[in-house]
Amino acid sequence: MEISGAEIVTRCLEAEGVEFVFGYPGGAVLEIYDAIFKQDKFKHVLVRHEQGAVHAADGYSRSSHKVGVALVTSGPGATNAITGIATAYLDSIPLVVISGQVATPAIGLDAFQEVDMVGITRPCVKHNILVKDVRELAPAIKKAFHIATTGRPGPVVVDIPKDVTLARTEFNYPQTVSLRSYNPPTKGHPGQIKKAINLLCDAKRPLIYIGGGAVLANAERQVGELVRMLGVPAANTLMGLGAFPGADPLNLGMMGMHGLYEANMAMQHCDVLIAVGARFDDRVVSVPSHFLSSPKKIVHIDIDPSSIAKRVKVDIPIVGNVRDVLDEMIALLKQNGTRPNADVLASWWRQLDEWRGHDCLKFDMDSEIIKPQFVVQKLYEVTGGEAFVTSDVGQHQMWAAQYYKFAKPRRWINSGGLGTMGFGLPAAMGVQLANPDATVACITGEASIQMNIQELSTCKQYHVPVKIINLNNRYLGMVRQWQEFFYGNRYSESYMDALPDFVKLAEAYGHVGMKIERPADVEPALREAMKLKERLVFMDFITDQKENVFPMVQNGRGLNQMDLPPHMRNLQHGPVAKERDYGNLS
Amino acid sequence: MRHILSVLLENEAGALSRVVGLFSARGYNIDSLTVSTTEDATLSRMTIVTSGSDDVIEQITKQLNKLIEVVKVIDLNESDHVEREMMLIKVRATGKDREEMKRMNDIFRGRIVDVTEKTYTIELTGESAKLDAFIEAVDRTLILETVRTGASGIGRGERILKI
Repeated sequence: MEISGAEIVTRCLEAEGVEFVFGYPGGAVLEIYDAIFKQDKFKHVLVRHEQGAVHAADGYSRSSHKVGVALVTSGPGATNAITGIATAYLDSIPLVVISGQVATPAIGLDAFQEVDMVGITRPCVKHNILVKDVRELAPAIKKAFHIATTGRPGPVVVDIPKDVTLARTEFNYPQTVSLRSYNPPTKGHPGQIKKAINLLCDAKRPLIYIGGGAVLANAERQVGELVRMLGVPAANTLMGLGAFPGADPLNLGMMGMHGLYEANMAMQHCDVLIAVGARFDDRVVSVPSHFLSSPKKIVHIDIDPSSIAKRVKVDIPIVGNVRDVLDEMIALLKQNGTRPNADVLASWWRQLDEWRGHDCLKFDMDSEIIKPQFVVQKLYEVTGGEAFVTSDVGQHQMWAAQYYKFAKPRRWINSGGLGTMGFGLPAAMGVQLANPDATVACITGEASIQMNIQELSTCKQYHVPVKIINLNNRYLGMVRQWQEFFYGNRYSESYMDALPDFVKLAEAYGHVGMKIERPADVEPALREAMKLKERLVFMDFITDQKENVFPMVQNGRGLNQMDLPPHMRNLQHGPVAKERDYGNLS
Repeated sequence: MRHILSVLLENEAGALSRVVGLFSARGYNIDSLTVSTTEDATLSRMTIVTSGSDDVIEQITKQLNKLIEVVKVIDLNESDHVEREMMLIKVRATGKDREEMKRMNDIFRGRIVDVTEKTYTIELTGESAKLDAFIEAVDRTLILETVRTGASGIGRGERILKI
C-alpha cells in the first residue's frame, strides 16, 4: 500500500522507537504534523522556539543514551535550530533533526521561507541529507539514525521538501545500513593496547584523564574497574564529570581552565597520561608546548582518529570505542597480573594528597551574602549527587562543575564545546521528559536564563517540574571576571540593568517562584523546592556580585600557572596571583 | 611542503562542496583541485594539491576520511607517482613572434589547437612546473589568456586507489 512521505516520516520514527519529538510546525512540515496527529506511538512536544527544540532533544539524548529528535519547518524554523545543532555537534551528541524544505520545483528560486539547510548546516553536522524523492525518504532516515549513533556520535539533518511529504510510495523501512565509505572502528589495536598497559604499569606518576567520550561510550564500569584495579589517580574534563564518581578518593576532579589545583598539577607533572575519550581541548590544555614541557608519555584512546594528534602529539594512539578498548586493557591486566609498583605509586599519592590538602575550592562560609558556591554545595548535599543537573554557560556552569560531585555519568548536562548560553532550561525539559521521576536541576544565571526563558511556557504545558537554580549576580559573571583580569576593570556592557522580577515572571508562566537573599535560607529553600515534586520551581538566589571562579588558567599559560583562590596565593607554583581590585561594583 | 592527495568519494550531489567546505572551515589551503567521475559511475575521484607541515597534512587526511562520502584518501607524495596538468594558452602570434611561438611550442612538445591570423592557442600537458616554465619562457606581453586544469595524479605501477 502506498502511503505519503509524511506518514513515512512518522513510521520511520516509530520504527526507531522514538518516544519524543521536539518541534514547531510551519508551512513546509504541515503534512508531517498532520501525520503526527494521526498516530499515537510517540509524543510531540511543542516548544516556543526551535533552538529550544534542539536543546531539549539534546538534553533528552545526553541523559538517556537514546537519539534526540527535533522537527522544524523550513527557512526561519531551520535557522533557529542551528545553534542547537552546533551545540550537539561540538559535544558529539546523537541527534536527528528533520527540517522542512520548500517544494522541490521551488528550490533555488528564493521561495518563501527557503534557506539552503544542507549548505547552512554543513559545518556543524556529522552529516546531512536533502531528500529529493519520496522513494529515498525511508532509507535516508534510516541512514541518519545510523550515522548519528555510530562511531563518534553527532547530529544529522534530514531536509525534506514539502512535495516529498505529499508524494506517495510503498513503505519499506530498511533493517540495516551498509555504507562502503563509512565503517567506524570499534576494537583497538591489540599491540598498542599491550604497549599502553606496560607503560602504565611502569609509570612513576601515572594519571588517567577521562573525557566526554567515556560518558558517550557508557564506559563508566570499565573506567571504574581500571582506576581501582591499578590504584592510579583519575581526573576528568568538564564533559567527563560523573564517568568516575566525583566523591571517590581516587578522583582528583576536574582539570583545565577552571580545573582543581591537584588535577592540573597532576596533569602537568605526570609521567604517563592515559587519555580516555578526551581530546586535549584548548580549555583543558591551553598551551600544548607548555603542557609537554615536563616530559611525559601519552596514550590516547579515541574513536575519532582525527582527534588524535590534533593538538598534542601522542606516543601510543589507540583508535577504537573507549569501552571496548578498556575491556581489552582490563582483560589483559587480569591475565598477566601486572600492576604498578605500590611503593612508587604511594610516593605519587603523597604528592597528590599534598596538593589536594590546599583545598582549592575553599570559599568564605561566613559571608553575609549568598556565595554561589554555597548554593551548589547545598544542592549537592540535598540531592546526594544523584540529580540530573543541566547548566547554562558562565561562572555558574564552572561552579556547578566544581562543587557538585557527580556520582554517576549522564547526570551533568551542559554545553561544553560550543558554550551555548540558553542551553540549560530547554535541555532540562528534555532531561525531565526522559527521566520523569528524577530530580532535574537547572543551574543558571540571570543572563543565561533569559536567552531561552520562553521555554517556561513549554514546561507549563507539559508539566515539566524542573528546579531552576538562578545564581543571580546581576552581571554577565564570566565576562565581568575577564574584564577584571584582562581589561582593567572596565565593565563594558557586562552589567545587566532592568532585570525582571523572576518570582513574578515564574508566577506569570504558572510556576512557583522563590527569591532567596540570605545564606541561612538557601538549604530550606532547596528542600522546599524538592518537596514540590509536581511543580516547576524558579529559585532566584541573590548572590555575591564579586565572586570569581578559581582556580583559573589564563590563556597562554601552563596548567601549573594557575590564578589561585585567596587562601592559596602564597604558594610558589608559577606566578602568584595578586589580590585583585574589584573596582566599584554597583 | 607541497602534497598531492587523491580522494575517492561517492558520486553524490553535494559531496564536492563538503570537501571544499572542510578546507575553508578548517583553514587549510587548496592550491588546485581536479575532480571527475571514474570508470565506476558511482565514484568520483579528486586530486587536491595542498601545502602544509606533516602534521597539517595528517589532519587533512584524517578530516577527509571523516566525511561520510569519502571512501579512500591517499597521499601520492608518499611514493612514486605521475602527475599531469593541462594548460590552454593563447598567445599573440604575429610577425617574427609567430615563428618563435611555433618553436617554443615544439620545444615544450605542445600542440597548437587553434590558429587565427594573429593568435595561436597551444595545448600543453605535463607537470605543473613544466607549464610554469613555459609561461616563464615566453615573452609575457604576448600571453593573451591562460587556463589550467590543476594537477591530476596517479600512483606508479601497482599502487592503485580503488575499493
